[in-house]
Amino acid sequence: MKFLDEYRDADKVKILIDQIHSLKLPPINIMEVCGSQTHTILKYNLEELLPSNINLIHGPGCPVCVTPIDMIDKAVLLAQMEDVIFTSYGDMLRIPGSKSSLMKAKASGCDVRMIYSPLDAVMLAKDNPHKKIIFFAIGFETTTPANAASVLTARKLNLTNFYMLSSQVLIPPAVKLLLDSELIKLNGLLAPGHVCTVTGTNWCSEISNEYKIPIAVTGFEPVDILEGIFLTAKQILINQYNTVNQYKRVVTKDGNLKAQETIYNVFEVCNRNWRGLGEIKNSGLRIRDDFRQFDAEKNFEINSVTSNEDQRCIAGEILQGLKKPNDCGLFGKDCTPIKPVGAPMVSSEGACAAYYNYRSVLKITENE
Amino acid sequence: MCLAIPGKVEKIIEEKSSPRMAEVNFDGVIRQVCIDFIPDIKIGEYVMVHVGYALNKVDEKEAKEQLKAISEVEEIIRKKMK
Repeated sequence: MKFLDEYRDADKVKILIDQIHSLKLPPINIMEVCGSQTHTILKYNLEELLPSNINLIHGPGCPVCVTPIDMIDKAVLLAQMEDVIFTSYGDMLRIPGSKSSLMKAKASGCDVRMIYSPLDAVMLAKDNPHKKIIFFAIGFETTTPANAASVLTARKLNLTNFYMLSSQVLIPPAVKLLLDSELIKLNGLLAPGHVCTVTGTNWCSEISNEYKIPIAVTGFEPVDILEGIFLTAKQILINQYNTVNQYKRVVTKDGNLKAQETIYNVFEVCNRNWRGLGEIKNSGLRIRDDFRQFDAEKNFEINSVTSNEDQRCIAGEILQGLKKPNDCGLFGKDCTPIKPVGAPMVSSEGACAAYYNYRSVLKITENE
Repeated sequence: MCLAIPGKVEKIIEEKSSPRMAEVNFDGVIRQVCIDFIPDIKIGEYVMVHVGYALNKVDEKEAKEQLKAISEVEEIIRKKMK
C-alpha cells in the first residue's frame, strides 16, 4: 500500500537503528505520546532493536483508555433507555464500567451498534425518525473534527433525534501534566502525528521552549518511529530542545485550519476527568450551548451516576508511564483482551493489549 | 484510535452535496469519505482518512525527499563498508 509499505522497509529500519546506535547516548527516557505509536513499537518489537539505554515510555494517547469510568456508566444507562439506538466506535463497547459494559448491554437486548464514522450515526438518525440515536463521541484532536462535523450535518438535516455523549479530550494539557510531574523524568517526546495533522505543530514548539525538551512530531510506521527517536535522541545528546517535524508528508506547521474551525464551532473547552490521570484543567471538549439540543447529558437524566473502579488495576500508573503493563499482578491472568479489567487491555492501542499481543512470553517472564 | 489510512481520491461524488463526499481507493477497497476539511482536493491525490473523514493530503514531494534522505545514508554506509 503506497505511503505505508515504504515505511515498513527492513533496509531503512536497519539504517535508522545503526544511526541511533552510533549516537552513544546516556540513559534517556523518550515518551511516545500516542497509542498507535505504542502499538507499532510493540508489533515490530522496536524496543529490542534499540540501544538498551533508550527507555521508551508509553504515554496516555489512547482515547479509549483514558475515558473515565463514569462516562462508560452513563453510556450504559443511555443504551438501556427505551427507543434508543446507541452507537460508538468499536473498542468502547468492551470497556468495563462499574457494573456493566456496552457489550453486556447489547447482549441483554439493548440496541448497541458499532459504527465506522460519526456520519453513520447521523444517517441512522435520518433513517430511523422514531428512534433516538445517541453517539458516544470520544477522541483526541484527530477525531473531534469528524465528531463536530456530524453535529453540523445533523443540524443541516433538521434532525431532532440525534444526540451526542461527549467524552473528548485534548492532548497538550495532558502532555504538560506529565512534564510537570516529578515522578518521571522525560528527556524527549514523540508527538502524535495525526493529532498534529489537525492542530499543527505550534503547541509542540511552545512545549519544547517552555520545558526545554526536544520533540519530534512523528508518524506511525516503523521507519517513522525510529526516525522520530533518532531526531529526538540526537538533540538530547547536544542539549538542544527544538520541535522537528518527522511526519512532513502529512503534518504542516499550522495544521488543518478548516478542521480546527469546525471543532470550535460546535465544542468549547472544559475541564475533563481522565482515567488514571484525574481531572485536568481545560483538557476536554463539551458541546456549546447553541447545540444543546444534541447534547445527551442535557437531554436525558444521567448525571447522578456513582462509579467504582476496580482497585487492583494499575492503569493509572501505566498511562502516566510510571509502570509497564507486566508490572501488574492481573496482567495476562485475571486481565486479558478477552476478559479485560482495565481499559488499556481493551483497545488494541492500549499498552496492556499491545504487551499481551506482541511481547514474547519469555521477555515478560524475564522481567518478573 | 488515531489510526488514519492513506487512500487515493478516485471520484468526487457531487460537487455541491453536503457533506461533500469522494470515493477513495484504499489498495483496492473503495469507500466513500467526507472531504469537507480539504476543499481543494483533486482526483488522483492521496489523503489520510480517519473515521470516514479526510484529514489532510499526503504530500508526495515530502515523502519522496524523506525516503531519499534515508537511502542516501544507506549509500554512505555501503561505501564505508567497501
